[in-house]
Amino acid sequence: MRRGPSWFNIVSLLIGFSFLYLPIVLLVIYSFNAGRNVAVWAGWSTRWYSALLQNQQLLDAAWVTLRVAFISASVATVLGTLAALVLVRQGRFHGRTLFSGMVYAPLVMPEVITGLSLLLLFVAINFDRGFWTVTIAHITFSMCFAAVVVQSRLVTFDRSLEEAAMDLGCPPAKAFFLITLPIIMPAIIAAWMLAFTLSLDDLVIASFTTGPGATTLPMRIYSAVRLGVTPEINAVCTILVGVVAVGVLVASVITKRQEAERQRAERMAAANR
Amino acid sequence: MATGPVKRSFAPWEDPDAKAFIRFDNITKRFGEFTAVDDLSLDIYEREFFALLGPSGCGKTTLLRMLAGFEKPSEGRVFLDGHDITDVPPHRRPVNMMFQSYALFPHMSVEKNIAFGLKQDRMPKGEIADRVAEMLKLVKLEAFARRRPDQLSGGQRQRVALARSLAKRPKVLLLDEPLGALDKKLRGETQFELMDLQMELGLTFVIVTHDQEEAMTVSDRIAVMNEGRLVQVSTPAVIYETPGSRYVAGFIGDVNFLEATVVTAEDDRFELTSDKWATRIVATAGDHRAEPGETAWLSIRPEKMRISLDQPEDTSVNCVPGEVWDVAYLGDISIYHVKLDSGEIVKSSVTNLTRLVERPITWDDRVWLSWPRDAGVVLTR
Repeated sequence: MRRGPSWFNIVSLLIGFSFLYLPIVLLVIYSFNAGRNVAVWAGWSTRWYSALLQNQQLLDAAWVTLRVAFISASVATVLGTLAALVLVRQGRFHGRTLFSGMVYAPLVMPEVITGLSLLLLFVAINFDRGFWTVTIAHITFSMCFAAVVVQSRLVTFDRSLEEAAMDLGCPPAKAFFLITLPIIMPAIIAAWMLAFTLSLDDLVIASFTTGPGATTLPMRIYSAVRLGVTPEINAVCTILVGVVAVGVLVASVITKRQEAERQRAERMAAANR
Repeated sequence: MATGPVKRSFAPWEDPDAKAFIRFDNITKRFGEFTAVDDLSLDIYEREFFALLGPSGCGKTTLLRMLAGFEKPSEGRVFLDGHDITDVPPHRRPVNMMFQSYALFPHMSVEKNIAFGLKQDRMPKGEIADRVAEMLKLVKLEAFARRRPDQLSGGQRQRVALARSLAKRPKVLLLDEPLGALDKKLRGETQFELMDLQMELGLTFVIVTHDQEEAMTVSDRIAVMNEGRLVQVSTPAVIYETPGSRYVAGFIGDVNFLEATVVTAEDDRFELTSDKWATRIVATAGDHRAEPGETAWLSIRPEKMRISLDQPEDTSVNCVPGEVWDVAYLGDISIYHVKLDSGEIVKSSVTNLTRLVERPITWDDRVWLSWPRDAGVVLTR
């Protein structure tokens, strides 16, 4: 028996989604506002998008953010993968509980504290604050996320694959690069993307650890908003929302394709049994 | 096949001059507090199909993994073809293993999987291609060379794993529960294929299994293991017909034990008695450690117990009365569970030679069980 959704369901859905997306929809609409005043609608226009291209400060901030995100995500993924390998593979070693707790602590640590402690460290060792301090700080907090993602894949990884490679004459290190790494690569890419997004988003930790000439986009937006929201900011945010949405869409399409591929392979296997 | 007659007379373990191909020398393996293998010594000969059989946790897989090099013995040495290989890492050992999970590389095609080991040896490309083609032909998978493992059925994957482990022409092939994931029919067929392959290639195979039927089918000799020790090492026939202990007798096949007291224990004459029966129990084989007055067990297989409705002429030797307690009709045979007057329940199996639907012996019938003197074995352990 098929039934359409009840009134109750439709209303619940509307309320829920409005709660989630109304602010973003408003932001997108107002980014196309022709007028300078944010709160007054003055007709459609894309003038704020072209104005963006003239705004060197914003462009610089975007460039800094992308570089920080790229470098920190890459380093965090490598470190996180190493940490995950030790946690999954080393078995029960002395201090394992402490170590795994310490890897995961930054996940729940308030960002203000992480930012402050990093700032204190950089001041104490007299490290000039700027691009590299922000990058290091981002590596610190995104590494644990990467470790979690890679670890969950490694737990289900069949060690006998590596053993089979060694059995066939492959030294252990080579077996890791030829067998293990390609198989866990999707998890590593996912970890990298997560770390990249986290770095792109971050305002608090970047504010604590930045220095002259290393203002990230979230920081630039935040300081601009304090002087009053301009439609230009709405435009930047709309682009960010668009980029993130496309990223999520692409990722989900790839996953769906892989799932379909896997199911087709299984049917094929069943057919020629 | 030409190797047939050779195989029949193949018994290097009976030849005192034969050199062991694989030798485990006083091997002990501990994992923390747990002793997986306990001071075990074992010789395996060239071209032998050798089975390690036992319940899970008996140490059989650990033993195999020590041969492959994945585990290092805590004590003792492992020799292969006269060389001490105890400290040789797995990638330098001339043995290959077929894994229980098959461990096929999921990101490589069937032919790349098979070629993997050859590439590690830096074999020239042309030779690799020839060898891969030869292996694919051997396991009848020529049409599937470019498939990925997830596009194959379980039986096909098993063949790829076999081809991959044979591609390097190892001195010894190790098989860790190789057929565990196959259904029963396919498993039976594959067992015979494995035997043919082993004879054809003239290789030494060491198989780990918990399936006693599989071990009996494929192997020249079986080592029955329990708690990290060898319980008995012998041919399938000897293990089945002359088990050395109640553990072995019970692990391989179905068996009845009749508990009684030893009267005589001589070379080929064992006699037991018990006030439970009027009959004497006489056997021609048994454990020579048996002492008169001791408790011992007659171990006898169900198919060797004759069941009859009429009282045999001579009931003074190997003949006990009882009542049919249960009947299991399996098609080819029927198994009768008989409750002896002394209280024990013993099994007797009868081959169904005719198409009688109405069986002559049925529930609650009074029956006599009798058996020849050379049917049972007297065991003290």
